[in-house]
Amino acid sequence: MTTNPTKTPKLNLNRVDMPRQNALLRVLNFNEVALGYTEEQALSEASRCLQCPKKPCVEGCPVGVDIPEFIAQLKDGNPDEAVRILKQKNSLPAICGRVCPQESQCEEKCTLAKKGAPVAIGRLERYVADWELADIAKRRAKLVAPEPTGKSVAIVGSGPAGLTVAADLVKLGHRVVIFEALHVAGGVLVYGIPEFRLPKAIVQAEVDYVKSLGAELALDWVVGKTIGVDELLKDSFDAIFLGTGAGLPMFLNIPGENLIGIYSANEFLTRVNLMKAYLFPQYLTPVNIGDRVVVIGGGNVAMDSARCAMRLGAREVRVVYRRSRVELPARLEEVENAEKEGVIFQFLTNPTRFIGNDEGMVTGMECVEMELGEPDASGRARPVPKPNSEFIIDVDTVIVALGTTPNPLIPSTTEGLETTSRGTVVAEKESGLTTKPAVWAGGDLTTGSATVISAMGAGRRAANAIHAYLTGEKAN
Amino acid sequence: MEVVAKEGQPRQSGDSGTPGKEKFASEEGFLVIERQDLVPRIHLFRIAAPAIARKAKAGQFVIIRLDEVGERIPLTLADWSKDNEDITIVFMEVGASTMMLATVDEGEYIKDVVGPLGVPSEVENYGHVVCVAGGVGVAPITPIARALKEAGNKVTSILGARNQDLMFWEKHLRSFSERMIVTTDDGSYGRKGLVTEPLAELLQNEKVDRVVAIGPAIMMKFCAKCTEPFGVKTIVSLNPIMVDGTGMCGCCRVSIGGETRFTCVDGPEFDAHQVDWDELLARQRTYPEKEHHAFKDCKWRAFQKTLVASGG
Repeated sequence: MTTNPTKTPKLNLNRVDMPRQNALLRVLNFNEVALGYTEEQALSEASRCLQCPKKPCVEGCPVGVDIPEFIAQLKDGNPDEAVRILKQKNSLPAICGRVCPQESQCEEKCTLAKKGAPVAIGRLERYVADWELADIAKRRAKLVAPEPTGKSVAIVGSGPAGLTVAADLVKLGHRVVIFEALHVAGGVLVYGIPEFRLPKAIVQAEVDYVKSLGAELALDWVVGKTIGVDELLKDSFDAIFLGTGAGLPMFLNIPGENLIGIYSANEFLTRVNLMKAYLFPQYLTPVNIGDRVVVIGGGNVAMDSARCAMRLGAREVRVVYRRSRVELPARLEEVENAEKEGVIFQFLTNPTRFIGNDEGMVTGMECVEMELGEPDASGRARPVPKPNSEFIIDVDTVIVALGTTPNPLIPSTTEGLETTSRGTVVAEKESGLTTKPAVWAGGDLTTGSATVISAMGAGRRAANAIHAYLTGEKAN
Repeated sequence: MEVVAKEGQPRQSGDSGTPGKEKFASEEGFLVIERQDLVPRIHLFRIAAPAIARKAKAGQFVIIRLDEVGERIPLTLADWSKDNEDITIVFMEVGASTMMLATVDEGEYIKDVVGPLGVPSEVENYGHVVCVAGGVGVAPITPIARALKEAGNKVTSILGARNQDLMFWEKHLRSFSERMIVTTDDGSYGRKGLVTEPLAELLQNEKVDRVVAIGPAIMMKFCAKCTEPFGVKTIVSLNPIMVDGTGMCGCCRVSIGGETRFTCVDGPEFDAHQVDWDELLARQRTYPEKEHHAFKDCKWRAFQKTLVASGG
């Protein structure tokens, strides 16, 4: 009798590609670029997971999703069980599957990453989440109304942090009211990230899910203006979670920056995504896109802006960044997407002033060439201007994507809420408790611009702490 | 008509049978309780908005989005009532969005009303304050004049319009003013000429401690020029293009004394002598072609709505 000796399974390094809209076609529309796996593709990719006993990928996940387990369930034909496992740790998987930087989180830690072909965890997450979203009724049926605790919590801001806290607390039986300043819920997911990267229907489905759990959504409430934090605490709520993000745009503060045609990325993206300027004049909010567009900055917001500008009909879109390609803070995938769509990158270039015409419209941008010096506080090489290297770029539209800071509206109107010199709200790292009793905070408001998943992680920790505070017991 | 609070009003008996549960969320939007057509193309809406009415102060504004496809437009509050839980706005049809807003009737809803936004007017007893209102600016200046009068000031008002047919709220503003001067560009009512003429005379002949001017940007610019040689502190309420109204986008940035400020959160009122008027005037003209395009499109939409309303 012969038995085969146990052999290590042959490593499958054929990472299944995500189908995408053709680059020539996609710059003509705002539809989603990445089309998602078919069932066959998902199962094939799922079968590549080695099910390592040590689960290094889980360590790479800011919220600790049991990645090998959800992949195993998917592979074994139990997508509903895969959903359940995902949702234990991540209440917004359809969003995270699309916008998380997996390459520097779970996928970076994947054993197969050493061979250059990590399991496409993000794509599988998206597949599982979309499978569930395709049949909302299925997921609704599973909900069991919790016993009301009689406690109520106000959530300020309906972005990723706020939605997570809301979902977690409402499931535990607390009354939850989400206050949103804008006319739509979702925060940066709706005003910032473009339709072609994160369809708004996906965000709306997640918001609807949180509402279906019983959370109330109060739109058009600017907390700090329409009602104060102290009034909320005094009159109606036992605890408050602040998740108002980092919504204030930074400018260059160089001459000519208020010329017509110069937008902050926040304004540009808000017009395009939230107000749907790409559907003008059916939607009444306009946006001007000239022939020559320059985007200043190198992060994901800069990529989003450049790619929106392409789609709005610019002839030439140029990303101007003061460091070099390797320092680009944007996800590699987004940089490649932008390049395929025709976006030009101009590195080691820094604007010094804008030039306008008689009507006050921007026509030119004076820049200086940069070279990289010693590493700065961020650990990246510090860009230094080259003497006498000034030159002028002709421009019609400029989008300034330098980053954002928290909106001071709530801290400045709320006594006892301490902030840092960067404008972020001071909060305990583990619980999110602020310096004000019964008030928690999390997400970009406490960290400055970061990722959707880290905001969700902070939301989850704060929800646990708030639940413990309200009931005197520990949540899961 | 039954007036139902659509948002914000804490209620003793809320929905889902939980006692003491207050309602904050609203699906319908904001009810237009009353509409007045003041003069051709200038309209007044009284809107149920309890939470905004509770907080409103002179000089603040709201952002309005009429419907799903609407723009977010800023309108300075013309009045509010904590007791009646409503706010009043007055607007002129100047473009696509205001034309569509003018199609709304009493009993209909506006999807979004957000506020009160911006910093309230500074109100102290300054002594003699001159309030200068141009055109539709009479609406936002009236509550400011009222607050100034309540603070003990002697208020002189100058109200200007292109012609008599476009003049409104004269009585209203007069009731908070010790003295009132009315001008029209064509002399069809009151004194013929611009508001800056009586303003200059007042500054020459009397002690004026403060001037507040609200109207078209060009009028405010010339008021600023008029008062500057006299060294009289002059306050204007700026009206740049806005989107969110909460400091998020920077669309409404203006140069004040050489520094960039956001009108929505740092204003809307600023020291007129520090404002870069040419920049403001230029930035207001950011979208001439787009506005024209949208206006043509909305004319058709407004016509269709009228047809439906008239059953035709």
